[in-house]
Amino acid sequence: MKPMIEVTDLNIQVPGKKLFENLNFIIPANNLTCITGENGVGKTTLVKHLLQSFKSKSPQIKIHATRSRTQYVPQLRNIDDEFPLSIIDFVALGLHQSNLLWHTRSEKKLLQDVIQKTNLMAISKRPLGAASGGEKQRAFLAQALCAEPKLLILDESTASLDTVTKNELLILIRSLLIDRDITVLFITHDPELIEKYADYELHLSHLQAQLIKKGEREK
Amino acid sequence: MLQFDFMRYAFIAGIFISLICGVMGTFVVARQTSFFTHTLSEIGFSGAAFGIFLGISPLLGMIIFTMSSALFIGISGDRLSRREASISLFSGLFIGLGILFLSLSSKQSSYATNILFGSIVGININNLYSLVALSILILLIIALLFRQLAYNSFDVTGSQYNQHLNLLTSIIFLGLLALTISVTSQIIGSLLIFVLLTIPASSAKYFTPSLWKMIFLSTSFSLGGVWIGLYLSYITNWPVTFFITTIEAIIYCLSLLYHRLQGNK
Repeated sequence: MKPMIEVTDLNIQVPGKKLFENLNFIIPANNLTCITGENGVGKTTLVKHLLQSFKSKSPQIKIHATRSRTQYVPQLRNIDDEFPLSIIDFVALGLHQSNLLWHTRSEKKLLQDVIQKTNLMAISKRPLGAASGGEKQRAFLAQALCAEPKLLILDESTASLDTVTKNELLILIRSLLIDRDITVLFITHDPELIEKYADYELHLSHLQAQLIKKGEREK
Repeated sequence: MLQFDFMRYAFIAGIFISLICGVMGTFVVARQTSFFTHTLSEIGFSGAAFGIFLGISPLLGMIIFTMSSALFIGISGDRLSRREASISLFSGLFIGLGILFLSLSSKQSSYATNILFGSIVGININNLYSLVALSILILLIIALLFRQLAYNSFDVTGSQYNQHLNLLTSIIFLGLLALTISVTSQIIGSLLIFVLLTIPASSAKYFTPSLWKMIFLSTSFSLGGVWIGLYLSYITNWPVTFFITTIEAIIYCLSLLYHRLQGNK
């Protein structure tokens, strides 16, 4: 099992509270791992620690991807009804292969490819503010994919979605694992999704974490 | 009308003011920091008064004041600039300081009205040169950092996690905003920069969801307002500022109407 993230003897504290002590786990590469645990146990805090480790070079955390190839899709985004930008322009904000005013040919190709993959083609010119919850999540995912990530961290992306939309999103995410060689970390509360789609579950409880292998599925 | 130097200067100044307000305005509206823009223009007024008081140029005074406030806000976080209390605090404090500097300096109060309400028809060739030079500098920095600024402005949360040097980008943006305000306020006045930095871009976003079209439209709305305003002011002898703000207000109302009609289709 090739690891994407290796954590050894990690302690995490927030003001007035010790969250984790001597944390040891690995996140397997090219798998979908769900991070679960009670509210307030520190799921998002753990993920933010992982992200910060690129900068702080903490010896307890080893991530086998570069910072620019790691994309975090936050739980909340300030996109209101009046958010003016079209879906395609919003997704394109994630393109960083060059720094020109215009998009290069390969960037345009990548953008089209990502829009197609995330099934946003038909609505790409519509304002993002007017999109539904599921469409917004697909747009957030598409923006992250523009960075051609190796590690994709999704924070409760399905929290506000209905059952059908949730399943569609997860099927999409699983297909990325296969065609883009991505490792996905997915913070969720949803037992149904974990059963159906996760390869591993990283269960967080008071001070500790445990990696559990979920049912065998074809890759 | 164009046989007069001051009218030609005013029309040329309008082009550059509209270009920088068109681009910067699009970002300002996306970040929802319109009111901070207003505060910055009051800080600009205060800085100009300070410049007059010291005997240095008002533009330099403005740049010093707005830049240091932008740096302060950038470091202490954008959120501070959106808080109502800090907006009133800064506005009040700096207008007060501006009045103090003006009364301490021996210059007449016509200076104050010039800074506040501007005098696009009162600029000379040197004003025009400094306006053009600073505008080109601003546009150049925007061109170099366009993607970072766009990500930072349109997706505050996403860029915070996924953009390299995002905080620095925010600070550079505020610096550019400070510079824009300093540059434009000698022309249309520090109280009315607010109009050109926010209303054309707010109108443009109702007409198109495309980033480039938004920038193009808001630049056109600014330019249209300034040029038509200059012309109407020339033939009526009424203040140009009045015409510019009225035209921008009409454009905004039309954009709302357009948006409403589109929505009901």
